[in-house]
Amino acid sequence: MEVRIEAVAKDFDRHPALHEIDLAIASGELAALVGPSGSGKTTLLRLIAGLETPGRGRILFGEEDASRLSVQARRVGFVFQHYALFRHMTVLENVGFGLSARPRALRPARAEIDRRARELLELVQLGGLEKRYPPQLSGGQRQRVALARALAIEPRVLLLDEPFGALDAQVRRDLRRWLRELHDRTGHTTVFVTHDQEEALELADRVVVMSQGRIEQAATPDEVYDRPATAFVHGFIGESSRLPVRVEGGEVFLDDRPTGLRADWEGPAELFFRPHQALVGDGAGGLAGMVTGGRRIAGVRRVELELGAAHRRVEVDLPLAQSCAPGTLLAFRPTAFRLYPLAGEGRPADRAPARQLAHG
Amino acid sequence: MALALPALRRPSVIPGFGLTLGFTILYLSLVVLIPLSGVVWRTADLGWAEFLRLATDERTLAALKVSFGCAFAAAALNVVFGALVAWVLVRYRFPGRPLLDAAVDLPFALPTAVAGIALTALYAPDGWIGGPLAALGLKIAWTPLGIVVALVFVGLPFVVRTVQPVMEEIEREIEEASATLGASRARTVFRVLAPSLSPALLTGFALAFARGVGEYGSVIFIAGNLPYRSEIAPLLIVIRLEEFNYAAATAIAAVMLAISFAMLLAINSLQAWSRRRYGHG
Repeated sequence: MEVRIEAVAKDFDRHPALHEIDLAIASGELAALVGPSGSGKTTLLRLIAGLETPGRGRILFGEEDASRLSVQARRVGFVFQHYALFRHMTVLENVGFGLSARPRALRPARAEIDRRARELLELVQLGGLEKRYPPQLSGGQRQRVALARALAIEPRVLLLDEPFGALDAQVRRDLRRWLRELHDRTGHTTVFVTHDQEEALELADRVVVMSQGRIEQAATPDEVYDRPATAFVHGFIGESSRLPVRVEGGEVFLDDRPTGLRADWEGPAELFFRPHQALVGDGAGGLAGMVTGGRRIAGVRRVELELGAAHRRVEVDLPLAQSCAPGTLLAFRPTAFRLYPLAGEGRPADRAPARQLAHG
Repeated sequence: MALALPALRRPSVIPGFGLTLGFTILYLSLVVLIPLSGVVWRTADLGWAEFLRLATDERTLAALKVSFGCAFAAAALNVVFGALVAWVLVRYRFPGRPLLDAAVDLPFALPTAVAGIALTALYAPDGWIGGPLAALGLKIAWTPLGIVVALVFVGLPFVVRTVQPVMEEIEREIEEASATLGASRARTVFRVLAPSLSPALLTGFALAFARGVGEYGSVIFIAGNLPYRSEIAPLLIVIRLEEFNYAAATAIAAVMLAISFAMLLAINSLQAWSRRRYGHG
C-alpha cells in the first residue's frame, strides 16, 4: 500500500515538532526515518499510525485519506521499541490479539485465530514457544513476537519504532538481516525509525534523513551517502570532517591559505570530506596537520589531525602498516569533497543545498 | 547448629537472615501474636460448649453478618470507584490535581468519629443528601446502607493508594499497541489493563475489607445500632464488655478473628495466584 504524506505539520504546545512535510513511500518499499533525537522522526511515524493527529495536512494510504480514520480502523502494524507485549497473555494469545479484537462479523473462529498465530510464529522462527509468557523470552524473541503480533492483522503498512534500539549489538545485527529477508518475502510497505545511520543505510531501500522537524533528504542509501543534499546530511550520515573555507577565483582557501583544491564558485563555504577520501603523505600537498591521535577501525588506521592555529580537527585514514606518532606533521589532500555554502542568504549552513561536487 | 540448618548457613550477598528473621518474629509476637493469642486463650477458658452457645447467639450472628456483609460491599464498591479515582490521578494532569490527590488520604487522617458524625449529618433524613434520598424512599442513616457509606469512606484510600503505583507503571505503549491492533477502548481496558491491575486491586480490596470489618468509630454514629439490624460486631463486643460479660465479648472477638484470618488468607492466595498469572510484581 502506497503511503503519501502531504504537507503534514505537527506542533506540541505551540512548539513545532514537524514543519510541513511531504513524503511518498512506494508500495512494498522499506523506508528508514533517520535523524538525531528531536528530529521529528518518531512523531512522523506516530502520525502515520494515527497515534498522533496532524495539525495540518493529510496522510493517504493509497487513495484513502487515512488521517480521517481512527487508530483502530487504520490497520497499521506498529512495533514499539520496548515491544509493548501483553505480559499476562501467552505468546500465542499476544499474536492472536489483533484477530480476536475484530468486530464479531469479521472475527475468525477461535481455532482459525490460533492457526494463523501459529503460522506467524513459525514465520518469525518462534515455533514451539506458543505457551510461554513474554517475561520468559529474550529481548530478540520478544521483538519477534511483537512483529508477529503486528503482522497478524494483515496491516496495510508496517511501522517500526527503533525496533532494535533495546537489543545488544550481535542480536541487533542478526535481527536486521532477518527483517530485511522477511520484508523481501512478505512485501509489506514498511517504515522504520532509527537513530543509527548505519542501520538505515544497511537495511532500507530509501533513507529519509530528518533534522529539526524537516526532511533533509530522502533518497537511496548510495545517493544519501555519496551525494548528501545538505551539510547536515553529510555530517550525520557516515564519517566526515568539516572545514570552513572560502572560495576565491576558483581556488579553495582555508584560513586565507590556498589548499590546492579548486571549485567553480565564489564565497564562504563548508568543505566536507570522508576519512577514506584523502590522499595522505609527502607530496600529497594542499593541507597539513599535526597528528594528535589515532585508532584502529577494522582494516584501517584512522588518524586525527589538528590544522592551523584554530586547531581544526579532521580525520583521515591510513593503511594499518603505516604508523604515525603524535606530534608529527602530516600532509594530505581530499580526493573527493563537497562544498556547502555557509550561512548566507539568511539560511543556516545546515539547510542550504550543495552547489558543488569537485574532485581535486 | 550448623548441621541442622545447612541451607541457612550458606554464605550470601544479603547476610543477616538469622538476625532479621529473629527480630521479625519477636516484633510480630509482641505487636500482633501475643495480644491476639490472649483472645484465643480466654476463649479456651470458656470450654467448647459454652463458646458455641455464645458464638451462635442470634444477636451475635446478626452482628457478624452485618459487619462482614457491609465490609464486603464497601470494599467491592471501593475497588470499582477507587480504581477510577486512581486512573484519573495517574492519567491526567489538570489544575487542582495535587489537592485531589491529597484529599484521597483524608479518611486516613480524620478521626473516625468526626467522619461518622459528618456522614450522619449528611445522610440523616433531614440532611443535605439524606433529605432528597428520603423523598425517594431511600433511607441511608440508621440502616446497613449507612454502614456501607461509612465504610466506603474509610476504605477508599486503601484501594487508591495500592492501585495507583501499579497503574503508574503500566506503559502507555501497551494501550497504544492494543489500539493499533484494532481493539476498542473497552476491550483495551478490560482485556489488557484490568488483568495487569488485578493483583493490586485484590490487595486494595483485602485492605479495605479488613479495615471495614474492624471499623468502629465512624460506623456507630450512622448505623443507628439497632440490634439484629444495624448493629456491628465490634459494637456488640463493647456492649458486652460494658455489661461485664467478658466471656461473650471474647467469644465474639474469637469468631471475628477466625473469619478475618481465613478471608485474608484466601485473598492472599488468590492474589499470589493472580500475580503469577498476570505478572506485575
